[in-house]
Amino acid sequence: MSIKLENINYAYSVDTIMESAALVDINLEIEAGSFIGLIGHTGSGKSTLIQHLNGLIKPTSGNIYYNGKNIYDKDFNMRNLRTHVGLVFQYPEYQLFEETVFEDVCFGPKNLGLGADEVRARAEYALDIVGIDKELYNKSPFEISGGQKRRVAIAGVLAMQPEYLILDEPTAGLDPGGKGEILNQIAILQKEKNITVILVSHSMEDVAKYVERIIVMNQGRILYDDETRKVFAHYKELESIGLAAPQVTYILNKLKESGIAVDTSLITIEDACREIYDKMAGAERKS
Amino acid sequence: MIRDITIGQYYPSESVMHRLDPRVKLFGTLLFVVSLFIVNSFLGYIIATIFLGAIIYVSKIPLSFIMKGLKAIILLLLLSVAFNLFLTKGEIVFQIWIIKITKEGIRLAVFLAVRLIYVIVGSSLMTLTTTPNDLTSGLEKSLHILNKVKFPIHEMAMMMSIALRFIPILVDETDKIMKAQIARGADFESGNILKRAKSLIPILIPLFISSFRRATDLATAMEARCYHGGEGRTKMKPLKYAKRDGVAYAVIILFLVVVLAESIIVPRIPALSIFVV
Repeated sequence: MSIKLENINYAYSVDTIMESAALVDINLEIEAGSFIGLIGHTGSGKSTLIQHLNGLIKPTSGNIYYNGKNIYDKDFNMRNLRTHVGLVFQYPEYQLFEETVFEDVCFGPKNLGLGADEVRARAEYALDIVGIDKELYNKSPFEISGGQKRRVAIAGVLAMQPEYLILDEPTAGLDPGGKGEILNQIAILQKEKNITVILVSHSMEDVAKYVERIIVMNQGRILYDDETRKVFAHYKELESIGLAAPQVTYILNKLKESGIAVDTSLITIEDACREIYDKMAGAERKS
Repeated sequence: MIRDITIGQYYPSESVMHRLDPRVKLFGTLLFVVSLFIVNSFLGYIIATIFLGAIIYVSKIPLSFIMKGLKAIILLLLLSVAFNLFLTKGEIVFQIWIIKITKEGIRLAVFLAVRLIYVIVGSSLMTLTTTPNDLTSGLEKSLHILNKVKFPIHEMAMMMSIALRFIPILVDETDKIMKAQIARGADFESGNILKRAKSLIPILIPLFISSFRRATDLATAMEARCYHGGEGRTKMKPLKYAKRDGVAYAVIILFLVVVLAESIIVPRIPALSIFVV
């Protein structure tokens, strides 16, 4: 079970002078059940890449395989693919359109052709995951707060119960509290239901906290594709392409430079705290 | 898909046509269209073709790109050609059952097709070589005189430039919303007309809402910068005629004179009657 991309190239406005390459020779395999972070500077091709994963755009050249089947084959059911690969766009709240919050979340499952009871059950399940109270079900999606809109929009995709969930900066513009809540819920979902999550993010802290593998994009190419810690070890290179490592990477590296032998590959605040405490306490005991 | 519309698009390039003052291009397009309706003979069309060809050459825009714009009018073109071809009375050349094709019909149909194509190509040459901003400031300046009769020309020009500016934004937005709804399993392609029309609701509502949001944001941003209409407003790049604009005016007038002369003289000289058809 995986999505596999083979030699994907994509260019905008082909055959005009505005032609510009957005993706260059992308090779990638996304295994089921993993939690992957996709990072890169604005315009590096992240959004273009994720739209290939559920067949929304067709590459200029190259092939994509979903569970071994070429998705551009004539007899491949594209709608079926889209029910398995859920994509939450950037600022998804701008796609809300129904009269009530609940009906909007029902839109996806209804399109799957499910029965009315199943549709209701799925909508409730999805709204519960993102933490929307029952009192809001019958409100218009245009009169709730921005953060709530975002949650409703994410629920709209979750209600389809995809096996692969792709989120394009799901927390952009949210307050820190709301951010953590949404990401935590998604992390729980990923573990409990064993779904695959691809998180596009600009926050290195978020990426460090949740994902196990990072794909770094730069100018339409994949620069790194490795375990989270190994990618952040290249923090100097990341900086040169307009990215950064989590704050703790910098602290640990400074400490190491000043002679305290800490493990610089740690990336979460909790791990780093323990490490610094252990090493500093150890150093004191020695002296 | 929606990005393929080329009518009204700007094609960035470095050419004399691009650098011309927008007023020249507006005036030139107007005269060109008028002259197409004066022309009524083969010779006249040859002159117009040479003129148009020369302009396309000077503008450095690939012919294939210009021709893409014609796709939008293909239905209109076919319909008007068909009407003229089948419904014109005269000398019958060809007849099946009640369908008659006359010599006059062929002549009218061909001339009409050429005329329509040239009008579209001519006017899209203007928009392809002029940014929307230049175009509206050209219009504003040219029609400045209407201010005297209390016609709010500045406001009209501003509305036009905002509308033009918003077209690509809304196209992008539509594309995005459409993709998002497709990702949620929406289907825009199958079903009867009623079902298809209904399937547009998930696109239209978010599009309307975002347009209103953008409009209010823009109004606020304009007011925050003290915009209060055209009175006393100066431009960062005021339009100024250069030498090439004078030359361009001369060329356009010369073209009109040639066309006028041709349409008056040719029908009266028997030796040139081969051009009259």
